[in-house]
Amino acid sequence: MAKQGPIKVDGVITDTLPNAMFKVSLDSGHEILAHISGKMRMNFIKILVGDKVTVELSPYDLTKGRITYRYK
Amino acid sequence: MGKIPTKTAAEIALMRESCRIVAEVLALIGFRIVPGVSAGELDVIAEEYIRSQGGTPAFKGYGHDPSNLFPGTLCVSVDDEVVHGIPDGRKLQEGQVVSVDVGVKKNGWFGDGARTFAVGKVLGEKVRLLRATEEALAKGIECARAGCRLHDISARVQEHVERQGFSVVRDLVGHGIGRNLHEEPSIPNYGTPGTGPLLKEGMVLAIEPMVNAGSYHVKLGSDGWTVRTRDGRPSAHFEHTVVVREHEAEILTHHG
Repeated sequence: MAKQGPIKVDGVITDTLPNAMFKVSLDSGHEILAHISGKMRMNFIKILVGDKVTVELSPYDLTKGRITYRYK
Repeated sequence: MGKIPTKTAAEIALMRESCRIVAEVLALIGFRIVPGVSAGELDVIAEEYIRSQGGTPAFKGYGHDPSNLFPGTLCVSVDDEVVHGIPDGRKLQEGQVVSVDVGVKKNGWFGDGARTFAVGKVLGEKVRLLRATEEALAKGIECARAGCRLHDISARVQEHVERQGFSVVRDLVGHGIGRNLHEEPSIPNYGTPGTGPLLKEGMVLAIEPMVNAGSYHVKLGSDGWTVRTRDGRPSAHFEHTVVVREHEAEILTHHG
């Protein structure tokens, strides 16, 4: 029986890159490149190294994602 | 998500037993797939056989929503149904392709396997679809070696499928298996080679490419289980439970 795919996963920011891109280390151990969602940009939510976030993975490329939530 | 567990030789021996039953159920069902037989009849045959071997159906009663647990022993998915079709009274018809997925639990350990069968004679595209999916599974299994990366498997499956003009389903993935039906890791059927966790000897994986003839988009049916292709074109599904080994993966659900 197939398992529901990893659409949303949690991770920790390991590096901040230019253009609001981040490196995120996922709880599963791999590191992916993620950008910040438009809604988070509008609300001016700051993201720093070490923050715990939720990432939506791209259905095209599992090494890229979109940060949709920052835990407090 | 946590660490990917590895199994000891004794644990793998127990899984081999569950997987043997899985392989035999699929072989048994393969002989019974003829036009006119209903999915429900196949389900009864499968459940009786599993229980006669001292196992229990792993899918029956499985689910996250307690008010809608999976009712069958088999998942029977016809034509545009990708996976998780509920076996009911519908009769199979000549020219259909039917995916049969079965899970067995015995002595606390799980086995999981699937294959897509042709009902009677099927036409060109469906024949190619079945062949491409089965080959993609074989190619993926070749990459399940210690020292490879998890997404090497994914990428190999994807490459083989897309080269034939088909697409791999994104929303559903293969999985680790052991004392639970679904364990770490998730095994997508698409990805970038050289990425993902490192594979180690003794990891047990259920690798299962789901391949659509048209686009990879799928939708969930109103029964909360049946996954269909969004464009209504056919889909195929092959699955083996394998152990990662140093040189060549060991296929536990291999028959004969």
